[in-house]
Amino acid sequence: MLRAMIAMPGERVIERRLVLQFLGAGGVAAASLLGGWIWPAEASEEGPAWPKDAFGQKDEAHALSALYGKTVEPSDKVSIDVPEIAENGAVVPVSMTTSLPDVTSISFLIPQNPFTLTASYQLAECIEPNIACRVKMAKTSDVVVVVESAGKLYGTRKQVKVTLGGCGG
Amino acid sequence: MTGRAGRRYRWQWIALALLAVALLPASAEERTDPAADQRAFQAHFRHAFPSVALNDFANGPYAVDKGMRKQWEEIMQFPPYEFALDRGKQLFETPFANGKSYADCFPNKGIGIRENYPYFDQETGEVVTLDLAINRCREKNGEKPLPYEVDDMAAIDAYMASTSRGKPFDIKIPDDRRALAAYENGKKFFYERRGQLNFSCASCHIEAAGKRLRGDILAPALGILASFPIFRTDWGSLGTVDRRFVTCNQQVRSVPFRPEDEAYRDLEYFLSYMSNGVALAGPGARP
Amino acid sequence: MASTIRVKAVANGDKTEVQSLIQHPMDSGFVKDKDGKLIPPHYIEIVTFDWNGKRVFTAFWGPAVAKDPYLKFSFKGGKKGDELKISWSDNEGKSDSMTAKIV
Repeated sequence: MLRAMIAMPGERVIERRLVLQFLGAGGVAAASLLGGWIWPAEASEEGPAWPKDAFGQKDEAHALSALYGKTVEPSDKVSIDVPEIAENGAVVPVSMTTSLPDVTSISFLIPQNPFTLTASYQLAECIEPNIACRVKMAKTSDVVVVVESAGKLYGTRKQVKVTLGGCGG
Repeated sequence: MTGRAGRRYRWQWIALALLAVALLPASAEERTDPAADQRAFQAHFRHAFPSVALNDFANGPYAVDKGMRKQWEEIMQFPPYEFALDRGKQLFETPFANGKSYADCFPNKGIGIRENYPYFDQETGEVVTLDLAINRCREKNGEKPLPYEVDDMAAIDAYMASTSRGKPFDIKIPDDRRALAAYENGKKFFYERRGQLNFSCASCHIEAAGKRLRGDILAPALGILASFPIFRTDWGSLGTVDRRFVTCNQQVRSVPFRPEDEAYRDLEYFLSYMSNGVALAGPGARP
Repeated sequence: MASTIRVKAVANGDKTEVQSLIQHPMDSGFVKDKDGKLIPPHYIEIVTFDWNGKRVFTAFWGPAVAKDPYLKFSFKGGKKGDELKISWSDNEGKSDSMTAKIV
């Protein structure tokens, strides 16, 4: 994580941004970025801790860097299935699948939500990279799915329109 | 009617007046023909939505909109009302303090009878809905009545409805002046405008059925009660027919009636009878 | 006390499909009650799935996961009679757990 904070020539945009933050007002930002990794929040009985820092981020870039510390490559090998118009923003069924191999992690992000990260899943080898869940959306937004395959991140996104309900059928 | 014009057309005026008198509606029961109403009602919707099977009308907006239907099918893989349904079964099977239970109040022990409600009770001269019957059963056995619309009442409703899944609505209107009047009353309510928004039930559920009201798709009136009680995402919980009547009336900015008020029972009677033949599919899920 | 967890775990050939529904308000902290006061955030943070004692799936959830959260996934292997243990814990320190058999 610290390695990602140091600027290198030709380094990817996201990490340069992190460095600027770190060097700038960044003290607090840096501390929070480090905190999730070095000082875990509540730990479960066995297994990794809940990524408190990532869930506290308000934009896609920071949520992803807090969760993975890597950039995401758009890929058509990842597909997401979401409704075009949500029947109710409180319960939006989303599902994803991918043909990529060695998937160890899958995450859903909703950039227009107050906190970007919605859910993150960790998969053992036997788990198929095909997940469905139900999410809340505050307003019209992309739903982003990110897949960690063989250590690299790939993703795709689709927009869901969320409108005010009328009377309800 | 005065002056030259009046004198000139006098015979035409008299003829017109006589015609008007002849066409004056006769007494209520002579005009009432629920069976004809029902045929016309169902024919309207079958014609408006030719690709929808009769039983699919029980699914409201999902019968008439593909995008909504897909979301509903995904949610129905594991319906949100499961917890309430289990609770409803448990409540239904738990005896009262006096040792009796709901099974003692209902035909066939309360199993597979939902499609017969509401019915017209010729002894008391009123429409009896399932919810009213549930509370009458409780009171008869020394228990306090349950609040309508939500929670335990909705849960018991859900369980009893689930035992009638697939059975078509079979509402009877006996040849009784009072039953016909109750039916007419319900019908009148349905077509009557109310509230600041001045909508009738028909404004949305006949004229605009299948169309959008802001983000929602309006359900056709045919089959609209067949999936009750419903778990509405909007409510985050299960609600009965009363709950929907009350909230719908509030949403057109009219002062709602109390749950199980005669107006609502008659409305439920009319709407259910109109849907005779549509298979029950409750409890249901809605946006 | 009825469990908050419902599971359908079905073995189909060489795969097992798991669907779970957990009864939980998943309050985001952004919604007000009828008196206008904010309902405090109360949501499941971690859900774990153990197949025959081995941790196979972990869900990290935030407040944007829907109420009465649903989850569907599958895994290779698993046969009728195998055990699947599901546990969750939330931000208020509450938790629940249940073990289901694959059918």
